[in-house]
Amino acid sequence: MINFLRYQRLYFLISSVVIVAGLFSIFTNGYKNSIDFSGGTILQYQTSRQVDVSSLSERLKTQKLNVVEQEIRGKNLTLKFEALTTAQEKIVLNELKKDAGSVTILRAETVGATLGKETIAKTVTASIVAILGILIYLTLSFKSVKFAVSAVVALLHDLLVMVGGYSIVSYFFGAELNTLFVTAILTTMSFSVHDTIVIFDKIREYRISKSEDIVLSANRAVTETIIRSVNNSMTIAFMLLALILFGGSTIRFFIVALLIGTLTGTYSSPFVATPFLVWLEKRKK
Amino acid sequence: MKYLWYIALTCLFILLVWIDLPENYRLRFSLGSRTVDTVLNPLSLDTNIYGWRLKKEFVTKYGLDLKGGSHLVFETDMSKLLSSDIPDALNSSKDIIERRINFFGVSEPLVQTIKAGDKYRIIVELPGVKDTDQAIGLLGKTANLNFREQLKFNIPDEGTVSANRIYFNPESKLKGADVKKATVTFDPNTGKPQVALSFSKKGTQIFADLTTRNLNKPIGIFLDDDIITAPTVQQPILDGNAVITGQYTIDEARQLAVAINSGALPVPIKLIEQRTIGPTLGAVEIQKSVYAGGIGLVAVALFMILNYGRLGVIACAGLIIYGLLSLALFRLFSITLTLSGVAGFILSIGMAVDSNILIFERIKEEKRKGRNHETAVRLGFGRAIDAIKDANFTTLLVAFILFNPLNWEFFPQLGLIKGFALILAVGVLVSLFTGVVITKKLLQIFYKK
Repeated sequence: MINFLRYQRLYFLISSVVIVAGLFSIFTNGYKNSIDFSGGTILQYQTSRQVDVSSLSERLKTQKLNVVEQEIRGKNLTLKFEALTTAQEKIVLNELKKDAGSVTILRAETVGATLGKETIAKTVTASIVAILGILIYLTLSFKSVKFAVSAVVALLHDLLVMVGGYSIVSYFFGAELNTLFVTAILTTMSFSVHDTIVIFDKIREYRISKSEDIVLSANRAVTETIIRSVNNSMTIAFMLLALILFGGSTIRFFIVALLIGTLTGTYSSPFVATPFLVWLEKRKK
Repeated sequence: MKYLWYIALTCLFILLVWIDLPENYRLRFSLGSRTVDTVLNPLSLDTNIYGWRLKKEFVTKYGLDLKGGSHLVFETDMSKLLSSDIPDALNSSKDIIERRINFFGVSEPLVQTIKAGDKYRIIVELPGVKDTDQAIGLLGKTANLNFREQLKFNIPDEGTVSANRIYFNPESKLKGADVKKATVTFDPNTGKPQVALSFSKKGTQIFADLTTRNLNKPIGIFLDDDIITAPTVQQPILDGNAVITGQYTIDEARQLAVAINSGALPVPIKLIEQRTIGPTLGAVEIQKSVYAGGIGLVAVALFMILNYGRLGVIACAGLIIYGLLSLALFRLFSITLTLSGVAGFILSIGMAVDSNILIFERIKEEKRKGRNHETAVRLGFGRAIDAIKDANFTTLLVAFILFNPLNWEFFPQLGLIKGFALILAVGVLVSLFTGVVITKKLLQIFYKK
């Protein structure tokens, strides 16, 4: 048995550093907003010839169409505007055709600005309801509020790590805050609890059968589950890494978010949820 | 008993493989002197069982992001309507959009209405539409309802079909705005369904003129220049309350009322979101995802076998059945596969492996305690199930909220998120099944001391 709880301060330090770095990034850089939240138009084309984007955007400017962002990857051209009408989209296409010869439209998306705010509000509601649901279920299942609260504390920890971490990814690699990220957060929430339950299940078992000291039970539980936890998150990480490296570009950052979630979800169960539970249990005495 | 299990598992396996076969895949290879050349297709059923027609083609349904198409969200402007008329008006605007889509001949379009706060929206999905601009222009038009008089002359083309057609004058004085509302009522004498029309003050006058002039002649009611009905005037109607009778079923009467209302309660709609994905992008993405998923699976399989040896092989077998079963279920329930759904599926594979790891670690643990092989397997299994159950329940809970089956307006209502949630939920349920039932049987059969 390894005395995992001895290094509590280290875990606290690691978590603090990661979370503070993330929060710092949120407050200084924020996120690169996708049109899902801020509204706007994204047009993605495949062209037969390389296109000179700067001359294109000059010409579009004279027609009062401002290119907010642009990206060229080989023969794929992505342009971002403030929300365009379909007539304006036609103008862009026609201007592009002058340079590029044959053009295939890969993607054309326009979202009004109001939708984004609504989505955020709804996601927050959904998260709160999910957390409450998890609290209630765990309280019933473990017959103890302390287990439930500790699991939710770890969950909130993971949430902070994710939003902060994603902001850093956004700063360095241009990941966009979009509805898929929202999905990733909610998935991580369930994964985080999933992992915590496995450890808590052990602790519960020891407490019932031997009524030994909580520190001893916790250490024993973490020791016995740590291999399983690492193995498990390795398999998920394999899957996600394969998708990041070889998968399509549309969902790449979604998978990155899931990977951050998987890692923090695995970390938080033994190193956040368990110490917190021990602290709660000891406090009553 | 044991042999029964062998047979059951083999049959299940064959059935799953059959359902999951790729569509229209040409299989060609040589085996010694023989050459095999066939086209593979998944199972498709079309039989009669005790009078029940059973028809099911097991094909994968792809979402717009994979096969290309347009996703449009219109916001309705209900400001000019009485709040009591809003449900009818919303229903009618949905109806007219469906009518107009039929004009395009799109296969499997989707039109649904969504309420968000005090806003009413109409979501339209058009798979494979080429000219999105034209579609948006046509769908976004406010409905145009008018009542037309029969033209004085019949085209004198005797002998052809068109000679029997009635021609209506496209110039019309009575418009949708003059109609207050159409409702389905029942004839007090016969009890048959009919459609009652009430007109506005101005409309009442025009209609009185119209019916006086056209006694015993038909009046054409047109929506978007398509005739929807042409009742014959039986008496002049002066009070602005008319009924259209005919041999209608309740459904037909309701449809007619809805169609008339789309003109009578016109709802201006505005496009607020448009996502068009070209068919090429989706094809590339799906190819890459499948490729990536394959690599990931191989990595996981290697990892499991290296780590758990014989148990790892069993886990892989369980995993293959898991993958086949999930895919078969997607096809059985026609679950739409989107890009985020594919990610959800791949994630759930990871979770399925977890059930196995939990079980194996427990078995190892019981063995370390000195229990004999059989007891260790039995106890380890039983202990692991508790944790698996609790852990998966929370995932199901989150999937439920994300899927939002009742379309509660305070939860996300996005198709993208829904697709992910549904597939995650199916994945979790299937992994519970394979973990608890299939892996257990595989262990009993193949994992001997």
